[in-house]
Amino acid sequence: MSSSEVANRPGANYLNVDYGIKSWLLTTDHKRIAWLYLVAITFFFAVGGVAATLMRLNLLEPQGLLVEPETYNKLFSTHGIVMIFLFLVPSIPAVLGNFLIPMMLGARDVAFPRLNLLSWYVFMTGGSIVMYALIAGGVDTGWTFYTPLSTMYLNTHVMATATGIFIAGFSSILTGLNFVVTIHKMRAPGLTWFRLPLFIWAMYATSIIFIIGTPVIAISLALIVIERLFHVGIFDPALGGDPILFQHLFWFYSHPAVYVMILPSMGVISEVITALSHKKIFGYHFIAFSSIAIAAIGFLVWGHHMFVSGQSIYAGLVFSALSMAVAIPSAVKVFNWTATLYKGSISYEAPMLYALGFIGLFTIGGLTGLYLATTAVDQHVHATYFVVAHFHYIMVGGAIMGYMAGIHFWWPKISGKLYPDGWSRVAAVIIFVGFNLTFFPQFILGYLGMPRRYAVYPPEFQTLNVISTAGATILGLGYIIPLIYFAWSVRYGAPAGDNPWQATGLEWTTASPPPTHNFEETPVVTEEPYGYDRIAEEIQVA
Amino acid sequence: MSEHIAPRKLYYMVFFGLLTLTLITWQVAYIDLGKWNTVVMLIIAAGKAALVGTFFMHLRWSASMVRLVVFAALFWLVIMISLTICDFSTRKNVQPWQHSAAITQPMVPGIKC
Amino acid sequence: MHNSQTQTVVYEQFDDRTQQHEASSLGMWIFLATEIMFFGAVLTAYTVYRNLFTTAFEVGSHLLNTKIGALNTAVLIGSSLTMALAVHAAQMGKRKLLMTFIASTMVLGGVFLYIKFVLEWLHEYHDGLAPGLHWTYAGPQSGHVAMFFVFYFILTGIHATHMIVGEGIMTVLFVMAWRGRFSKERYNPIEMFGLYWHFVDIVWIFLFPLLYLLGAHGAH
Repeated sequence: MSSSEVANRPGANYLNVDYGIKSWLLTTDHKRIAWLYLVAITFFFAVGGVAATLMRLNLLEPQGLLVEPETYNKLFSTHGIVMIFLFLVPSIPAVLGNFLIPMMLGARDVAFPRLNLLSWYVFMTGGSIVMYALIAGGVDTGWTFYTPLSTMYLNTHVMATATGIFIAGFSSILTGLNFVVTIHKMRAPGLTWFRLPLFIWAMYATSIIFIIGTPVIAISLALIVIERLFHVGIFDPALGGDPILFQHLFWFYSHPAVYVMILPSMGVISEVITALSHKKIFGYHFIAFSSIAIAAIGFLVWGHHMFVSGQSIYAGLVFSALSMAVAIPSAVKVFNWTATLYKGSISYEAPMLYALGFIGLFTIGGLTGLYLATTAVDQHVHATYFVVAHFHYIMVGGAIMGYMAGIHFWWPKISGKLYPDGWSRVAAVIIFVGFNLTFFPQFILGYLGMPRRYAVYPPEFQTLNVISTAGATILGLGYIIPLIYFAWSVRYGAPAGDNPWQATGLEWTTASPPPTHNFEETPVVTEEPYGYDRIAEEIQVA
Repeated sequence: MSEHIAPRKLYYMVFFGLLTLTLITWQVAYIDLGKWNTVVMLIIAAGKAALVGTFFMHLRWSASMVRLVVFAALFWLVIMISLTICDFSTRKNVQPWQHSAAITQPMVPGIKC
Repeated sequence: MHNSQTQTVVYEQFDDRTQQHEASSLGMWIFLATEIMFFGAVLTAYTVYRNLFTTAFEVGSHLLNTKIGALNTAVLIGSSLTMALAVHAAQMGKRKLLMTFIASTMVLGGVFLYIKFVLEWLHEYHDGLAPGLHWTYAGPQSGHVAMFFVFYFILTGIHATHMIVGEGIMTVLFVMAWRGRFSKERYNPIEMFGLYWHFVDIVWIFLFPLLYLLGAHGAH
């Protein structure tokens, strides 16, 4: 049989159309590439998670229970680098984005499928180099690589790690490029911009950040490598260099990077909230434009990481004011989601539980960001656990819960199987409880003055640290449960059917799992998105 | 195909324009215009870049989306440079009540504003 | 769909040739946007130090050979012309002319790289103007002059790397042209590479005044 005959056989889908390792490693099917990324980032999540576990265990005792400070420095650096660059940044874009974008657009694949596969190999190359550096002894610069510590004073594997991240960054750039072209050029007939799912708007905004921001961190890391190799003092004060220049270049990317991590989650939440409240999303245009606004304004605020660095006070004022502005579109989204829930017919399956958790936790994280954007407050809580709690509320309570919501929502489509509803709800609650126990005490610790990145601490902080570690244990268990039932579902789960959620969206009009080319015929779109009112009427009439 | 094919003569004209501007920018550099040297030099360079972009790279006949991409990249580049410079150029701006040895000591020896 | 060697290949994910061409054009321009930010980051750092150490940077600039820099600028502009003419030849379906212009672009690029690496870099190294490797400049503010040269080597180095990659791609394109793989209907790779090559030229158009012409006037 020719390959197209195989693909068009009844019951053929993208998973069973071909077996064998070569069909996976040389695939250009965006859905298989999504799986390749899923396996890779799950591995990296485990690595970052192990580092976090060791950190929290160490912090059970004020004098440090487990490791020497030098090792602790390597642990928090590893945790940050792996979680950010190798897990969070690719997570939703490379897994859910790759899988869903062509499907939501009614397309057969992304604009550049071979480039898509190359992106995965580039990501694996970069990630492998970072893993090598880790095994060879790791780095202790923190994920922020601040100079002159990273360039002049450390003997750890800075260059290898920086090189690994540099290479992995190109994976983001190529993915962002692919997504923007796909969204512009591959939409089905009738799919105008304001009929697009909000997930697409979120991915578009994310891709802009990939394109504009990632090259700058590439250069920042390259300059560190050059300075270490040639000892040329680009950031060395003795030779006239300014370490703060590094921070400007680093944060120009790294602040928008946090929007890379949250925007896709927000896109997922928009989809899940509307589908599982069976109600049209409130304020579609506001949500769409706020995604673009977050991406745009997000590039203007990087100096809020540098209020106490020696940056000029005037620059600090400018960045503080702009940071207030960037909160506005995020708040707009939260209001719109809440309004969507209001008088909706809400069902509390796992995706909705994660989405509700997201709304609450992201709000807390976002509001505490405003505290930090206030220069007068930041003077006191900069580099304390207050900051750590803030960003974990956003990145774990926000981004990761959005990721979990998305995986649970689209798993039936991706695998064709249903996971056990009861266990999924239990896991969601465990994760929510574990998360809050871990990180809420850290707000208090930071406010009381406990610095971040310290292996030891004054004894009066022990109780809160112990609570935090207990929470982390619960959180870790919470993450293991879905791993088990998803794996179980691949083999033993009930068949999902095309549209188990009765959701709108083109991806739900085709089989689960979808055929290789996604749709039997290119769909033609004639209706506005999120037509749940119409579905409700049809159900009433029926 | 509906892609525009520019006449070769246009390319030759652009080429000579570029060479002329190169000559001008090179020679003007030897005239002391103070801080205007840099401004003139950058304007000429921007002009040359515009010629290459508009004609050699076919921006003149390209989709507006493509032009938007170029504009966006340049816009964010300007943001990156200007907000960074905003820090460095205001380091010595201190209010009278901030005067103290710790603050007025410049971060980098030899700084001049 | 693949009819004959010179007929257009429309890849599976696209509906028609127009969509494919528009997609690849947009994709290449987005890649160039990333390159603008890539070089832009180095230029940001350069701008900061240029403002902090203006005199030292002028001294450093003066130590470069401006005539050679101007010559190299003309060479690269010439290579942009030949590249534009190569695209034109491809659009007209003229295989031999296309090969000639690709080859000319490669030669001019090669001349640029020779001038850059042999007549400039090697020279500067021997003169003790290579920070971190061989730095013997003993004038005032030697450290800040060294900073100028750090950026000189980084900027021209990244630029030269882009040119070397371009030479590699042109080799492939030349062989493809020789084998008759391009035609009036199928010349997209030539056009896309042309965009890349012109962009590399534009970067140099800015590097030349920023690096070479700073210290041209004024006494030291």
